[in-house]
Amino acid sequence: MGQTARDSAGNTPPREDGAPRFSRRHLIGIADLDPFEITDLLDRAEGMIPVSRQERKTLPTLSGKTQINLFFEPSTRTQGSFEIAGKRLGALVMNMSVKTSSVTKGETLVDTASTLNAMQPDVLVVRHSASGAVELLSQKVGCAVINAGDGAHEHPTQALLDALTIRRHKGRISGLTVAICGDIANSRVARSNLLLLNKLNVRTRVVAPRTLLPTGVDQMAAEVFTDMRQGLEGADVVMMLRLQHERFAGRLIPSAREYYRFYGLDAEKLSHAKPDAIVMHPGPMNRGVEIDPSIADGPRSVITDQVEMGVAVRMAVLDALLPARNAA
Amino acid sequence: MSRAVLIENARIVDPASGRDETGDLLMVDGRFAEAKDAPAGALKIDARGLIAAPGLIDMRVFTGEPGHEYRETLATASEAAAAGGVTSFVVMPDTQPVIDDSALVDFLIRRAQATAKVNVLPAAAITKGLDGKELTEFGLLQEAGAVCFSDGRKSIQSAAVMRAAFTYAANFDMPIVHHLSEKSLAGEGVMNEGLYATGLGLKGIPAEAETIPLARDLQLALLTGARYHAAQVSTAGSVALLAAARKRSKALSAGVSINNLSLNENDVGSYRTFFKLSPPLRSEADRQAMVEALRDGTIDVIHSDHDPQDSEVKRQPFAEASDGAIGLETLLAAALRLVHNGDLDLMTVLRAMTQRPAEILGLQCGRIAPGAPADLILIDLDYPWVVEEKHLSSRSHNTAFEGARLAGKVMRTFVAGSEVFTHPDMKGAAS
Repeated sequence: MGQTARDSAGNTPPREDGAPRFSRRHLIGIADLDPFEITDLLDRAEGMIPVSRQERKTLPTLSGKTQINLFFEPSTRTQGSFEIAGKRLGALVMNMSVKTSSVTKGETLVDTASTLNAMQPDVLVVRHSASGAVELLSQKVGCAVINAGDGAHEHPTQALLDALTIRRHKGRISGLTVAICGDIANSRVARSNLLLLNKLNVRTRVVAPRTLLPTGVDQMAAEVFTDMRQGLEGADVVMMLRLQHERFAGRLIPSAREYYRFYGLDAEKLSHAKPDAIVMHPGPMNRGVEIDPSIADGPRSVITDQVEMGVAVRMAVLDALLPARNAA
Repeated sequence: MSRAVLIENARIVDPASGRDETGDLLMVDGRFAEAKDAPAGALKIDARGLIAAPGLIDMRVFTGEPGHEYRETLATASEAAAAGGVTSFVVMPDTQPVIDDSALVDFLIRRAQATAKVNVLPAAAITKGLDGKELTEFGLLQEAGAVCFSDGRKSIQSAAVMRAAFTYAANFDMPIVHHLSEKSLAGEGVMNEGLYATGLGLKGIPAEAETIPLARDLQLALLTGARYHAAQVSTAGSVALLAAARKRSKALSAGVSINNLSLNENDVGSYRTFFKLSPPLRSEADRQAMVEALRDGTIDVIHSDHDPQDSEVKRQPFAEASDGAIGLETLLAAALRLVHNGDLDLMTVLRAMTQRPAEILGLQCGRIAPGAPADLILIDLDYPWVVEEKHLSSRSHNTAFEGARLAGKVMRTFVAGSEVFTHPDMKGAAS
């Protein structure tokens, strides 16, 4: 708790180790962050975990602030996690789901941004199906913006919560071997995780059929595997990705059953990883497609921990962004 | 008729004749004439220190007239052209309605005569409504004044339709100018396929989306003996295909957009939609292949691919924004960058914007010779300027060169012997 508590003037005290703090206006992507900023956010999130575990789950540092969750793409989990995070910090949270289809393209994203900006929010949490949309919006508003996922580009809070989960289970991040498995080509979770883990000296691996590997992937991960058993060999962390149903249509993956046979995480494939390897998944899971139910619900799964860490990380990010705005 | 104009002491650079020497030029009754025949009352312009070159011919320009005049009219495009030294441009048929009927070609020509400062040359659609299925009336369109056939931004997917177009166009000895994009392979791609697109989370367009239809077109053009101009190539693979096919036929040619010649995929930066183009900006190796292909003549033409788009369709997330950038006014100066940095010589660059387009389209202009139309530009080769969208003449402001520091500017532009653009620095300099 000590690291995130404010002094009487509402300022966040310096870190005990003297390292600089995360002090940005927006959180758009992991690509922008320096390793010390990632560590600072993880430490702040660590301090938020007890808040959610105590009986009165509040830390009113954002009291009087307005948070708008602007979701152009439906999401139960991420939106709920940001909502709880904001409310536990005492912010007024409003959810806006905007249905976008190319048919009803009347109002542009920039129009929406300026409309919301006029309502004087302190922070906008934005998800959009187009890569770069959140950054575009951040250029048009006067408040802090958090990227809650933009297209196939980035999902920074997911990568932070995954890192926090790894750190709490493994005691460290640097030096571990992490295998990210599944639809790398279309996944913002994979991109943000690779960026973050590479910055923290993790031996990153990707495992997927060639149709789900993007061009240039060999420059994004230390090792690339198409054979899952080889890819999991000696891994400390197995990170599964959700396979979108539309990918089965036959162009990238012939069928769900073929995918499960070669890339679904079952006990046999997992046996190639280290005996103490943990299994992660950003959810929602397709049990029996990318992951066997017995693994998803088994002792090595830390999937529900990820959800808990998600709230802590989002509280930390909200808390870190808002005072920075006040100081400016 | 306008007053005779005598340009004195210019460095005359004329690719068609290979001339590069200091001398005088006379323009009388809309045509070039021998300088020694200058009448006593001729307007004399001292062009010491300036280059006199044929007016540029831009083979690929989009306007919004008819249908989207808020983006660009023939008049505003011609203002931009005149300021950029472009004295003739081919206007693409992608308008509302599509230029696929002789009456519409006729409309464009009359409208241009009434409103435009420079020569406007209509390209007529290859297929009705640009839908890639039924051929337009090539003969009637040619009679109405179309200079070539093109489906503009659209790429014909059917090999059978392409073969029919080539075969039928050969009757009229008209060139087919075709944009290359294999639809199923380009898919939902929005920029060059590669590490950069992957990092941005954007879907990529592979080089093969261009090379596969190019290989098809070249084979069909050889089969039918048609005149074929690959509208714009962007990849090293395309250069190799062109080089091989050109050994077998003289009727093949190719163009490259100034964008693909001077920019690369890194310019997309952080989702800058003014750099969202078709073909997409490619890798630096591809860009260098474009430069090399111009040098050795595998690529003939440099054009602006001038495509005005308003902020409504550009201020969007990258994948949802429209393709295209304006370029008429920056074409020459951007091309001169390649001269200044030693990549290409001045003659090669000017040939690609004068002599070669004129030969491909069968035009009289594009050269300085007695009797040829007196379309002329005077260039200050080293004139430094910074591109600022607010100072550009085009009605739309989607330039990919905003803020670029360029050297080289057109000081005067003449169309048929009449001055249509005078740089502010030149005012009052004539006698």
